[in-house]
Amino acid sequence: MTQIVKMQGLNKHFGELHVLKEIDLSVEPGEVVVIIGASGSGKSTLIRCVNGLEEYQSGQLLVDKENLLPKGASQKGLATIRKQVGMVFQQFNLFPHLTVKKNIMLAPTKVKEVSDTDAARLADRLLDRVGIATQANKYPSQLSGGQQQRVAIARALAMDPRLMLFDEPTSALDPEMIGEVLDVMRELAKEGMTMMVVTHEMGFAREVADRVIYIHEGRIVEEGKPEAVFDNPQHERTQAFLARVLKH
Amino acid sequence: MESTFQFDWQAAINSIPFLLKGIPYTLLISFGGLAIGFALGILFGLLSINKRWFMRWPATAYIEIFRGTPILVQVLFIFYGLPDLLGGPIDPLTAGIAAIALNSGAYISEVVRGGVQSIDRGQTEAGLSLGLSRTQTFWSIVWPQAFRRMIPPLGNQAIVSIKDTSLFSVIGVGELVRQGQVYIANTFTAFEVYFVVALMYLCITLSLSVGLRMLERRGVANI
Ligand SMILES: Nc1ncnc2c1ncn2[C@@H]1O[C@H](COP(=O)(O)OP(=O)(O)OP(=O)(O)O)[C@@H](O)[C@H]1O
Ligand SMILES: [Mg+2]
Repeated sequence: MTQIVKMQGLNKHFGELHVLKEIDLSVEPGEVVVIIGASGSGKSTLIRCVNGLEEYQSGQLLVDKENLLPKGASQKGLATIRKQVGMVFQQFNLFPHLTVKKNIMLAPTKVKEVSDTDAARLADRLLDRVGIATQANKYPSQLSGGQQQRVAIARALAMDPRLMLFDEPTSALDPEMIGEVLDVMRELAKEGMTMMVVTHEMGFAREVADRVIYIHEGRIVEEGKPEAVFDNPQHERTQAFLARVLKH
Repeated sequence: MESTFQFDWQAAINSIPFLLKGIPYTLLISFGGLAIGFALGILFGLLSINKRWFMRWPATAYIEIFRGTPILVQVLFIFYGLPDLLGGPIDPLTAGIAAIALNSGAYISEVVRGGVQSIDRGQTEAGLSLGLSRTQTFWSIVWPQAFRRMIPPLGNQAIVSIKDTSLFSVIGVGELVRQGQVYIANTFTAFEVYFVVALMYLCITLSLSVGLRMLERRGVANI
């Protein structure tokens, strides 16, 4: 099967700082890959390379057969990739000047030139799917954090992506709202969505991930099935990291 | 010397019809100039945050020059200086509108820059990640939010520019102050006439303030 994401020897620098080092990583269709690691290890940077929000300096990155070149990736290639790749951010990044429904309709109408009526119908269907059909005409600021993040997921799904990127989607949420967002993600995974998820929710990772990747200082030091990584980590860095996070 | 001054209400009232003739000029110079200034402000404000230096540099130069010199000098330069260059006279109304446009444009550029930069990067990233182009992301996501934040400083600039037009009496545009001066030359009722002139400015600026506050309340309710 052809991979949706294929990184080979990818290196990324922020000026002097070498943030990603020789990353080799492939993601198969339907796979859920969870990326874990300490703060500052490069998790966000890694998934932000996948939709070109970050440039990289050397190596190779193929996303859905499009070649995302380092520095100066062609705008056309980028646009093609971004249509296929949805992203959910830690801070939701909903558009505060648009209603929930308009947030979801924006990209289909602007990018795919879907008609307003079709986009509205699509928005209703997606809001129903993430369990907030009744909030369609509210503004983001009128919703709880958990609801906002579910809208953000619906907004990304509206482009019918082949791959979804999640960057700590529950880290900005009050504890009682984490569950509702993870439920939506679990549901997505079950339906066969390909996902790359950065999270500190180890329970979710263990249950939903097909593969867990541990990053330390910009390098993949361990990867494998969740049981293998969580129960029998090989690298001492991984052991130390897990000992720290699993205690909480 | 004992002052026996008495405010002459009749003189004040009598001056009103003559002074009112200046208001259309005051409004035309203010709002005509501000409309062009707004266009200049968007253009140069956006250029001033461009990544490329050769786009940024002219914008910065324009902003610094017109913020750093007095508007009185600017209008004198346009009205008395430019004709030498152009080889023909400029009418005072055009000179006044041009001065307000160029001057307010520099300040509005800064308002635009500040407004756009105040919008979180995450908004742009969200737009791009959905497949919108940079242009689409800017005009449908960043600009509407930035514009709402720009309303109070834009209102402030409008008030400043309206008051600035009073300086243009020096080039002989028949605006409010000029009308006052002409009237006083015949009646010698400076106190009363300037009092009425001041009231007229206040009426214009206050109605603008109230209007903007209403607009702001409606716009911000959604954010
Ligand atoms: N725009 C940037 N400019 C310079 N350095 C950056 C930038 N973004 C991230 N970095 C640095 O790159 C390194 C990796 O950052 P990254 O955000 O990918 O880490 P992370 O694993 O996602 O951390 P966290 O768990 O805190 O989100 C960090 O040292 C960070 O300070
Ligand atoms: Mg991060």
